[in-house]
Amino acid sequence: MTAPIIIVGAGQAGLQTAESLRSEGYTGSLTMIGDEPCTPYHRPPLSKAYLLGEFTAAQLTIRTAEALAKKGIELRAGIMVGAIDRAANRLRLTNGDELDYASLCLATGARPRPLPLPGADLEGVFPLRTLADTQAIAARLPSASHVVVIGGGFIGLEFAAVARKLGKAVVVLEAAPRLMPRAVTPVMSDFFRDLHVAHGVDIELGAAVSALIGDQGKVVAVRTADHREFPADLVLVGIGILANTELAQQSGLECQQGIVVDACSRTADPHIVAAGDCTARRLADGTLLRLESVQNAVEQGKSAAAALLGKERPFSTNPWFWSDQYDIKLQMVGLAAGCDRTVLRGDMGKRKFSAFHYRGQKLIAVDSINSPEDHMPARKLLDLALSPAPDEVADLSRPLNALINR
Amino acid sequence: MPRITYIEPSGNKTEIDLPEGWSLMQGATSNGVEGIEAECGGSCACATCHCYVESHADRLPPPSETELSMLEHVAAERRPNSRLSCQLKASADLDGMIVRLPLCQS
Repeated sequence: MTAPIIIVGAGQAGLQTAESLRSEGYTGSLTMIGDEPCTPYHRPPLSKAYLLGEFTAAQLTIRTAEALAKKGIELRAGIMVGAIDRAANRLRLTNGDELDYASLCLATGARPRPLPLPGADLEGVFPLRTLADTQAIAARLPSASHVVVIGGGFIGLEFAAVARKLGKAVVVLEAAPRLMPRAVTPVMSDFFRDLHVAHGVDIELGAAVSALIGDQGKVVAVRTADHREFPADLVLVGIGILANTELAQQSGLECQQGIVVDACSRTADPHIVAAGDCTARRLADGTLLRLESVQNAVEQGKSAAAALLGKERPFSTNPWFWSDQYDIKLQMVGLAAGCDRTVLRGDMGKRKFSAFHYRGQKLIAVDSINSPEDHMPARKLLDLALSPAPDEVADLSRPLNALINR
Repeated sequence: MPRITYIEPSGNKTEIDLPEGWSLMQGATSNGVEGIEAECGGSCACATCHCYVESHADRLPPPSETELSMLEHVAAERRPNSRLSCQLKASADLDGMIVRLPLCQS
């Protein structure tokens, strides 16, 4: 019997790789190994609908075990891979088992960046990444009254919105001078600060945390570098993620904050591809791009499967992301880094607008607030590398679709 | 539990008993019904869970403004009975409903 294709990781990227292998015609054996003790699930709703009680855990399931089996995908859940022996095309599991592979996809994901401070391990301090993390938070929330969120990024702000909806007092401590500094431009940072303040959240910018204070093992406050203390009975730490690159690194594959892959999700080893949050993609100009998103997992999963079957399917679309906070839907496409001009379409005061970001004459990113009718054409504009003039996109009387097909 | 029939792009029919409150997208994807991508997991953010409602249309609440906007940008042909399946919640009213899945979602 020939060895299977093995996918390490059973998240969105791993699952996409497995299913794309099947839809592209691979009929050999296929094994997906996941360290979480469950079938693949949708992570994005964890910090939103799931914590609000709108979805149950079962509703997060992307595929049941039966659905996977029907497609000939063997899921080994709750299992850790300890090492890759690339010379022998073999995996060593932490339980001592060894598995031969014909080829391998690393879809190992990422883990929350730990808070390197005293008190980070106190009871009541949580990361928010997995279903288990979120269930632990959900168990704690009913008895919590003072929530402190460390980190004003997507996860932190989505959780802050949930906690406010549930009636908690909420403080967000962000070390940078604005919210979501890595992901959005200052105009959007300001919009979200105003939004959260209007909902009663205490947003503290430039607030570097120095320690978490405990009493009998439980967190009771968060202290900042300027000696302020914020009472807390639940602390959410959302300060980013670290790619799980250890397996790849130990086996000698190139890693730079992520497993380095090309546009087709290939590593330097012809038998190994990688996809999703664990990767850093080499762009045409030689720089590396790390994306942390569902779209990235899905696109790279499709590319990885194609590559394993000897085909080239380069990642060709612009990155897109979304976030839900209160009644606001943020949809973003492109990367706004390096933008030197921003033009608004719509009415910021009515919380329905889009920000078109330009570098010189070139449109590089569009952030939409409650405007899916802008976001979807913006994806097309960017994917077609079209740059309508700023006064055209600002003119609400001109449908964006008309700027695509002309 | 309301029983929903999904017609996959291949013409294959799958019947699923959906717990009330589940979206038609959740029932289809978790059970491996072909023809839905649902990248965003049900946030009405991606327009890749497009379906054609073939029966029981009069028992559905009308689409929200967001859903209508997203429907303008589905990959397959938009028809009068187009909906996003993540926005359709199973209820006793919908027992026997039939939805058809389009040829492509992206």
